[in-house]
Amino acid sequence: MTVALFPAESSEPVAVALAIAGLTPKLVDSIASPDTGEAGEWSVLVVELADEPMRRLRQIGDLTNATGVPVLVVADPAQFPLIEQASGVTDFIANPPDAAEIGVRIRRMMKQHAADEVLVYQDLELNPLTYQATLGASPLDLTFMEYELLRFFIENRARVWTREQLLSKVWGYDYYGGARTVDVHVRRLRAKVGEERAGWITTVRSVGYRFG
Amino acid sequence: MNRQADYVLRTVQERGIRFIRLWFTDVQGFLKSVSINPQELETAFTEGMTFDGSSIDGYARIQEADMLAVPDPATFQILPWRQEEQVARMFCDITSPGGAPFLGDPRTVLKRNLAKATDMGFTFFVAPEIEYFYFADSGPDPKVLDRGGYFDLTPLDSAQEYRRKTINALEKMGIPIEHSHHEVAPSQHEIIVRYTDALTMADNIMSFRLTVKEVALEHGIYATFMPKPLEAHDGSGMHFHMSLFEDDRNVFAGDDGVGLSKTGEQFVAGLLTHAREITAVTNQWVNSYKRLVRGFDAPIWVSWGYNNQSALVRVPTVKANKPSSVRVEYRSPDAATNPYLALSVLLAAGLRGIERGYELGPEVPGNVLEMSSTERKEAGIERLPETLSEALDLLESSDLVHEALGDHVFGWFLRNKRDEWDRYQHHVSRFELDTYLPIL
Repeated sequence: MTVALFPAESSEPVAVALAIAGLTPKLVDSIASPDTGEAGEWSVLVVELADEPMRRLRQIGDLTNATGVPVLVVADPAQFPLIEQASGVTDFIANPPDAAEIGVRIRRMMKQHAADEVLVYQDLELNPLTYQATLGASPLDLTFMEYELLRFFIENRARVWTREQLLSKVWGYDYYGGARTVDVHVRRLRAKVGEERAGWITTVRSVGYRFG
Repeated sequence: MNRQADYVLRTVQERGIRFIRLWFTDVQGFLKSVSINPQELETAFTEGMTFDGSSIDGYARIQEADMLAVPDPATFQILPWRQEEQVARMFCDITSPGGAPFLGDPRTVLKRNLAKATDMGFTFFVAPEIEYFYFADSGPDPKVLDRGGYFDLTPLDSAQEYRRKTINALEKMGIPIEHSHHEVAPSQHEIIVRYTDALTMADNIMSFRLTVKEVALEHGIYATFMPKPLEAHDGSGMHFHMSLFEDDRNVFAGDDGVGLSKTGEQFVAGLLTHAREITAVTNQWVNSYKRLVRGFDAPIWVSWGYNNQSALVRVPTVKANKPSSVRVEYRSPDAATNPYLALSVLLAAGLRGIERGYELGPEVPGNVLEMSSTERKEAGIERLPETLSEALDLLESSDLVHEALGDHVFGWFLRNKRDEWDRYQHHVSRFELDTYLPIL
């Protein structure tokens, strides 16, 4: 969980607010062509527009296109209209920033970013942003509820869930069909991931199911 | 727009799907499809897609032709065949332009019957055993694949290969298969589908029949669900295994965990009491009645029994401590039934047994076919209708079927099937020419 800050020599109010918020940002020298591997490590990038807003907003657009990293812009109120036109800006805050506010904003963005991250289990990948699942190199065709159930299993693996728990956590309401719905969906998921992986979901007799 | 619809829209975009087929079913059980492109999808979810209902058998008259197909996002599925072009399907509910459910739509009919089960606190679960034949082509003279002339062209195990590919495709579509095997008749196969709720199962059966036919087509052969294509061999049935659940409890399971409960007995009594009047729906073709004859596997007598393979209603033996598996198997429907309507009338008959507390008569332990007609008469065992015409007479006077199908479908079905019988009556058959021409 790294918060990155650009430019490395940002204004004092920004540096102080981050410090008060309990964040120790990694200082970045350039966002023009950062190593995407490096940018991939950042949970949130904070950019102070300062005296070159147009250039930096353009770079932010390119960077988020390539990496998807969420960006918080610190801007003078006079620069707000520019932000409205820009792409790639996740959120913004007025300069000088309030320490409590910038802390909450950054942590919210981190949480959101984590929820959007691709989930991986062996050769299975789930992308919560696009709702797509892949098995090895091939796409896995799931219905929405199959997708949601698989996602829940991957995020909460290695413990046993009862059918009732799965119903309330995945379906989220008293679904027509009752707990047998869970059995039906588990069987469908096993069929779709194929025989060699069907054992990923194990039936725990008279209790429920466990993944992984 | 709910999350399910959002999921569908995202998937269509991400997977580069070119066409989405909106599926629905006409009154005779033929699958109908309207193709739309991804740009139209959002509108389809929010407003429905307009189509001409008067072109669908059993739907509307010309003056009320405009109808809407509203896709059910929960049924979104990319089709596993035709890999070169990504195509997906969704089942639709049919409504009037004003949005009212259209009562001529078999899926709507089943939903209405299921709502009644829900009101009584029940969920209806179904698992079918579906039989079908592979033939060399769809010509009028069926050529089987695994004996005689065709033996040389296709090795015996090639049909197994088609069946395996079919099962793979079905599983990819989220239709899990319990078991499959070569049937008694040459070129005949049976696939047993794992249980699910009745609405999903009716959708699954529609997908199933198309998948079997598509896979056959890919291999240059023909698959058919015609009830009785070969005179000398068993026809193709679609046995339904049925159970009712109250939350997690199988209400058919008796206290001993293997036999039927009182409710289960009443359901069976409902099936038996109304068996004759619902037969026109479960066996809807002239040809259906060529399967319901003496000397073959299909049931012809209205009877029930534990694990009795000759009975109309069989209660299969379940393993001890598996009360959730207790179920009843209804054996007369054929592979060419309309699953939405068949499940509607079966459920209605069973529920009426429960509602009115029908008493179940004694089971018939032996082979009903071997009983003498006097023995059957004494036991009060009736025969299923012998022809479509007789079945329609029974249907016409049935309040139960009328209520289960609704005015629209009931009326159209009767008219359409009377017409089918009439056309058949005009036909002078091979049998008549061979038998009568030389001697009369």
